Amino acid sequence: MSAESAVPAKEGAVRRFLASDLGYSFRHSPVAIIALVLLLLLVVTAILAPWIAPQNPHDLKQIFIDKAELPPIWAKGGEWPFLLGTDPQGRDVLSAILYGTRISLAIGAASVAVSMLFGITVGLVAGFFGGAIDNILMRIGDTMLSIPTLLVAILVSALFRGLLPPALREPFAATILVVAIALTAWVQYARTVRASTLVERGKEYVLAARIIGVSPARIMRRHILPNTLTPVMVAATLNLGLAILSEATLSFLGVGMPITQPSLGTLIRIGNQYLFSGSWWLVVFPSVQLGLIVLSVNLLGDWLRDALNPKLR
Amino acid sequence: MLVFLVRRVVNAIGVMLAVAFLAFMIFRFVGDPVELMLNEQATQAQRDELRARLGLNRPFLLQFATFAGNAARGDFGISYRNQQEVSALIAERFPATFELVLVATFLSLVIGIPLGVFSAIRRKSFLAQAVQFVSVLGVSLPSFALGILFILIFSVNLQWLPAFGRGEVVSLGGWTTGLLTASGRAALVLPGITLSLFQITLVMRLVRAEMLETMRTEFIRFARARGLPDRSIHFRHALRNCLMPVITMTGLQIGNLIAFALVTETVFQWPGMGLLFVQAVTFVDIPVMAAYLMLVSFIFVTLNTLVDLTYALVDPRLRQTALAGGSNVR
Repeated sequence: MSAESAVPAKEGAVRRFLASDLGYSFRHSPVAIIALVLLLLLVVTAILAPWIAPQNPHDLKQIFIDKAELPPIWAKGGEWPFLLGTDPQGRDVLSAILYGTRISLAIGAASVAVSMLFGITVGLVAGFFGGAIDNILMRIGDTMLSIPTLLVAILVSALFRGLLPPALREPFAATILVVAIALTAWVQYARTVRASTLVERGKEYVLAARIIGVSPARIMRRHILPNTLTPVMVAATLNLGLAILSEATLSFLGVGMPITQPSLGTLIRIGNQYLFSGSWWLVVFPSVQLGLIVLSVNLLGDWLRDALNPKLR
Repeated sequence: MLVFLVRRVVNAIGVMLAVAFLAFMIFRFVGDPVELMLNEQATQAQRDELRARLGLNRPFLLQFATFAGNAARGDFGISYRNQQEVSALIAERFPATFELVLVATFLSLVIGIPLGVFSAIRRKSFLAQAVQFVSVLGVSLPSFALGILFILIFSVNLQWLPAFGRGEVVSLGGWTTGLLTASGRAALVLPGITLSLFQITLVMRLVRAEMLETMRTEFIRFARARGLPDRSIHFRHALRNCLMPVITMTGLQIGNLIAFALVTETVFQWPGMGLLFVQAVTFVDIPVMAAYLMLVSFIFVTLNTLVDLTYALVDPRLRQTALAGGSNVR
C-alpha cells in the first residue's frame, strides 16, 4: 500500500524536475545524462556490493590462497568467477573494488556534508552579524587557504592519528579522513554564503522578519539560507569529486584507510607494490574505477555550473 | 601604496605566525619526542636530561616563541629519525623538488597555451571538443594513478624510461641537478609529465576562457578590418592580452605544485622534500614535518603577497581594498 502511494509521488518529482529549466537543460545535455547514468550505476553497485560481489573480501572463509594472483578472466590463466583477477592473498579484485568504492563514496559524501554544514554556518554567522565576528572567522579562513589543501589534510590526519592510541586508529580511520578533508573545503562554502548573506541581509524581507520579532537564528535558517544555496550546490558537486580524490590520495600516501578496510586509494597503494611483478590488474582496475567515479561527478558538476549560470543561458 | 604594502606584509606575517603555531602544536602534542628519541631502556634521569636539553620543560608560550624564532632563522632542530639537522636534510632535498616543479611548470606552459589557443579559435571543431573532454579526464584521474599507469606502460612494458630515482646528478656547489646528464633528464620525463598534467589543464582552460573573451573585443575586430592574417591576430594580438592572468596563475600555482609534488615524488621515489615529508609522516618525525609545512607555506604566502603587490603596482584601483588570501584551486 505504502509503496504504491510512494511511487507516483516520486514520479511526480522526477517529472517536475524534467519539466523545469534545469530539467530542460539536462534533457538536452547528452554528457550530463551519460554522467548521471554512469554515476548511478557505480553508486548502486557499490551499495549492493554485499549482495552482488562474488565474494566478501573481508571474510577469510571465502578467500582461497590457492587462487592467489590470478589474472583477469580474459587473460591466460584467468578463472571463473574472478572476473578481474585476484590479489596475492587470493582476494577477488572485483569484489575488493566494489567494497572499496563503498568506502570511498561514503567518505567523500560525508566529508562534503560536514564541510558544507560547517562552511554554511560560518558564512551565515559571519555575513549576518558582521563586525568582529566576521573579521575573525574570515581571517581564519584566509589562513586555511594560505596552506596548500593537501598539506592541511595530511597534517590534520597525522595529528589525529598521533593523538589517538594505536588501538583506536583503525576503527576511527574513516572519521579522521572525513574531518581532515572537510577542514580543507569549508572556506569555499563560507565565502560564497557570506557574500550572498551580505547582500540578502539588507533586503526588505529580512527587515520585515526582524520587525515582527523573528529570532536571528530563524532568519538565517529559514529566510536567508534558501537564497544562498545555488552556488553552494554547484560547489558541493564539484567538491565531491575533489573529496573522493583527496581521500584516495591520502590513502595512497599511507595516511588514510588501513589495509583492513581498503578504499580505492588503499587498493591502488597495495597494487603499486606489485607493479614490477607483472600483476598489472591489481593497480589498473581500482584506478579506472576511481577515474570513472570522479569523471562522472565532475561532468555533472560542470553541467550544473553552466546550467545554473544565467550568463550562459 | 605604502599603506597597502605594509598591510599586505603584516597580513603575510600573521599567516606565517598562524602556520608556525599549527606546526608547533603538532610538534608539541603529537607523540612525546622524548619517548620517540630514546629507546625503552633509558632511565628517568636520561629522559629528564633530554627533556631539559630540548627545552620541553619550559612554559608553553616561551617554547612557542623559541620555536618561531628558530624557525625564522631556518633552524628546525634535529630529525627524530636519523638524528641529522632538519635544515640540512631539507637543503639537500630541495634541488630535486625545485627541478621537478620547474620542469612541470615549463611543460604546463609549453603544452597548455597552444592547446588553449587552439580550443578557443576552433571552438566547434571535433578536435577541440576532444581536447576539452581529455582535460576533464585529466582533472578526474588522480595524479598518483596516472603516474603508476605511466610507469606500467613506459617503464615496465616498453622499458623506455626509468621508473624511480633521479638518475645521475651533477653537483654544482651544494646544488644538485639532473639536467646535465642523459640519465638525469630521462628520469625527469615521467615525474615531470605526471606533475604537470593537472597544471596543463588549468593553463589550457584559462587560456581558452581568456581567448574567447579577447576575441570578442573591439581591437580584434579592428585588426580583422585591417585585413591582418589570422595567425597574426590570434598570436600577436589576442594571445598577448591573455598572458597576464596566465603568468599570475602560474606564479600562484608554484606553491601548490610544490605541495602536490609530494604525491608524484612518492610514486616515482623521487628524492625530493615531498618524499622526505611523506616518510617523516609515517615515522612521526615531527621536526621534519614542521619544517616542511613552514617552508611550503612560506613559499606559498610569499608568492601570493608578491602577486598582490605587483597587481597593486599595475592597477591602482586595487590599492583601496587590501585583498587577502589567494587562489587555491586544488
